[in-house]
Formats: sequence, C-alpha cells, structure tokens
Amino acid sequence: MLAALRTRTPTRALATAAGAAAHSRTALYDFHVAHGGKMVEFAGWDMPVQYAGLGVLASHEWTRKKASLFDVSHMLQTSWVGKDRIKFIESLVVADVEALPVASSTLSVFTNDAGGIIDDTVINKRTAESLYVVSNAGCAEKDLKHIRSRLADFQNKGGDVDVKVIDDMSLVALQGPKAVDIISDLAGSTNGLKDFKFMSGRELSLKGIPVYISRLGYTGEDGFEISVPHSEAVNLSNLILENSDAKLAGLAVRDSLRLEASLCLYGHDLDETVTPVEGGLTWTIGQRRRAEGGFPGSEKILSQIGKGAKVPRRRIGLIVEGAPAREHVEILNPADGSVIGAITSGCPSPVLKKNIAMGYVPSGFHKAGTALEVKVRGKVQKATVVKMPFVEHAYYRG
Amino acid sequence: MFARIVTRSLRVRPSSIITLRGYATKRFTKDHEWISVSDGIGTFGISDYAQKALGDVVFIELPAVGNTYAKKDNISAVESVKAASDIYAPVSGEVVAVNTELADEPSLINSSPEENAWIAKIKLSNPEELESLLDEAAYAKHIDE
Repeated sequence: MLAALRTRTPTRALATAAGAAAHSRTALYDFHVAHGGKMVEFAGWDMPVQYAGLGVLASHEWTRKKASLFDVSHMLQTSWVGKDRIKFIESLVVADVEALPVASSTLSVFTNDAGGIIDDTVINKRTAESLYVVSNAGCAEKDLKHIRSRLADFQNKGGDVDVKVIDDMSLVALQGPKAVDIISDLAGSTNGLKDFKFMSGRELSLKGIPVYISRLGYTGEDGFEISVPHSEAVNLSNLILENSDAKLAGLAVRDSLRLEASLCLYGHDLDETVTPVEGGLTWTIGQRRRAEGGFPGSEKILSQIGKGAKVPRRRIGLIVEGAPAREHVEILNPADGSVIGAITSGCPSPVLKKNIAMGYVPSGFHKAGTALEVKVRGKVQKATVVKMPFVEHAYYRG
Repeated sequence: MFARIVTRSLRVRPSSIITLRGYATKRFTKDHEWISVSDGIGTFGISDYAQKALGDVVFIELPAVGNTYAKKDNISAVESVKAASDIYAPVSGEVVAVNTELADEPSLINSSPEENAWIAKIKLSNPEELESLLDEAAYAKHIDE
C-alpha cells in the first residue's frame, strides 16, 4: 500500500533548495511550521494540510463544536474602485451588485462566453466607493488575466474603474460556534456582535490590530474571514489561539467541512463547462440580471431558467452505501447499469458517519429520493439522492 | 544434554526458521504491510508507520474469505477522510479469515495497527515468498531512508 508514500526531506529544505522555483509562502508559514503544521503544496503555495497532534476527525469535530483557525491567505483578494466599478463587475459576474447594500456580501460566479463558470467568488460592497472581492487561489492567475483583459477594453471605452490586487493583507478564517465569542472579546464588543450578520463585512480593531472582517466562510458554521496586514498576521493568530476554544486547522479538514455543507469546490464541483444553473447556483443570478443579461454566456445561462427551460444535467447530493465514493467515481442508472454521470466530490462524513458525495446526473435523475448506483473499485454500491446541505448550516442571521 | 540441544539448534539453516512449526515470524513489505506467519498461516495488516501517514482511518474494505490472491495483488483498501489507500497481499495464498471487528471499528487500525487491527489471515501457498520480505531491522532502516 501507500506506493506513493516516501519518506521525504522537509518541505522547507526543498523550497529553499529549489530557489527560484520555490512555492509562495504566506506570512504565517514559519508560524505553521512552529505549530507542527504538515506543509504541502497547494495552488503554488506551501500550506498546512493538518497539524501534529490533531487528526482530521478531531479537527473537524472541533470546528463544529468550538472554533478552528485557518490560514487562507493564498486566496486572491482584490479591490475594485472607480465610478464605473459596479457596471464593470456586472459585465463579468451574474450578481446584482447594484442592489447589494453597502457592507453586504454575496456569493457569485465569473462566467465565460459559453456560459460556464470561470471561478466562484464572494463580492463585498465594502464602502460606497469600493468593492472587496475574494476568489480562489487555484484560479488567481486565470481570474486576473480575464479581469485585466476585460478591464483594458472597458477602460479604452472610457470606463472609470481600476482593479488592484490586495497584496499587503493576509487572510485568516475563524470558523465554528465559538468564533463569535472569540472575536467579540478581541473587538471589545459590548453586544456580542449581535448586529453583525452573516454575509456582511466591517472594519474592526482587534486588540488594536485594524482588520476588515466578514461574517462568512466555507465550512457551513458561523464564523469570520479576517483580512489583516501581513505584519500583524502572526500577532492576530496568537491572540485568537490564546482562547482555549480556538485551535489551528489545515486544508484537509476544510474539504470535509465544506462538503458536509455542500459547498462547491471549484475545479471539482464547478468548472468552465458547468453553467451556474447546472451547478445549482441559479440563486446567485439576480432578478434584474435575469431580465437584462449583460454577463458572459448570458444567452446560454438564461435559456436554462424559466418555463420550459432545459437543463441537461444537475448537481446532486448522494448518500452512498459501502466504501466512500470519491471524485471521478461513475454514477449508474440502476435500471440498466449504464453510466449516467460522475461524482465530483465525496468523502466519509465525520458528522453523519455516512458517505456523502456530490456529482452530476442528467435532469430526471436529480430528485431527492432517487435511487442510483455508483461503482467503487469495480463494485456496484447503492446511492440515494438527498437534499443538500448534508449537515445544516449554522449561519448567524440575527 | 543442554549443550547438545544448543549445538543442534545452531546448525539449523536460518531461512528454514521461517517455516519452523510454531515459530511466528514478523516480516514487512516495502509497501508497509506486516505479516506474521505461524503454522503456514500469515496474519497481516499495515504498519504503525503506515497508519501514522494515513491519519484517521474511517473505512476498511476487507477481502472475502475463500478468495485467492497472488503476492502484490490488490487485496484491501484502507480509507481516511481524504483518500483511499490500496493494500497489497504480502504473500500469495487463500484468505481463511478476516477481522470483522475492523468493519465496526476502523479506528483500531490507528490505535493498534500491528496487533488488534490485523486485516486478514492467508494460508500461504508459497512460503518462500517470505524470504524476500524485510525483517524488522531492515524495515526500520527502510522507513528511515
């Protein structure tokens, strides 16, 4: 077993030896190593996959019961300014950014001309003059190339907008039921941040450290993502960890948490061939945007919405019997054993103690309760379509 | 009398100690399986090094009793939350027993990888195969490299 398992030289030595070919490191790299972080390469960054002394199951449970601190500084943070910034971003995404209240955030997608998804993203109307946008580390290069090329056209036509990469800020996520108490304490809040609702952001001072903090995340739990100056990232992390309810967590547990919450992972559950409708993200398309279009691929996407619309395939959630069904596992029609789709994400759910998975099947096979089959290592196993999320979200809505 | 017994046992060829009746030998594969042979039956599992690398084990696919495998055939799979790892038959033979406790308690592989979390027992069809496996010292060296 474990043919790929080789005792290897520490990542640090490799990275320095490689010189120019070294991966990027966040401001917390040394901090992670000092805390026993097992460093792996992810999207060109050296990130902790987990920490010594805390297994994935224990870390997962800790996040759902207490609070876990994640370094997500590898994600792309951008600032969009200028009179025409909203018009510009709406030419790239399906969101109704115009109607978004100041300080509110929304999940959205960048689309391509064929109606597929370039990346998913969270757009925050940070102030009346600027947008704060976060997108995936794995798509950073692609996103920037796309944005910059459209930006050049837009500016050439006289549009007043600029998009800047925020490269002086780290990003950490504190997720779990105890997160609000920890942040409230650091912020010196007198009302337990009662008025700080899910999908909103604000500037706060956490024990004197100025941050831009949003109440959202990628775990299904209540929690925050905190944009903090690089120079204060270690300091902030230490302050958070002073609270015994907080523990560091790595990339491995991020995946099991988001899958239980049925949140898509770009590059797996979403890609350039999947439309937002097929991906179960029709809700991200604002009503006005459905009427007006104006985003790439709108013709294809809008043809999939409304009366008589044909959606060729849909993202579904499955509970799978037997061995866990993971990405690329075939989904079969039990009537004749034919392959009708594939799993795009799957794992054993630590909370449900059942195997969960997301995948795509043709419309008609997607209704909750539908009995399907999957083939794992040559063995056919029963699978049932279920409503998502697998584990209920615990977002703070006030 | 005692001297004679000692002398006799010293004359036994080292390789045949492996098949000496009643003597349980523990060997390891380079792929981190262990096998302990006694009376022609090999009990096997994965090593402590392997369970550490895997992390929390949440599922194990046991082979079927009665199935025959050649050495290095895919015989089982051990899964963590993140990934499935294939397990290969350390020797050729027929599976005569499987550890059903692992179906209910997969985490046993983490807590007792080389004792209570044995995966299956194989009736060896080719005992010479053991000789090419690593002994404890050789395996310790292998994982240190």
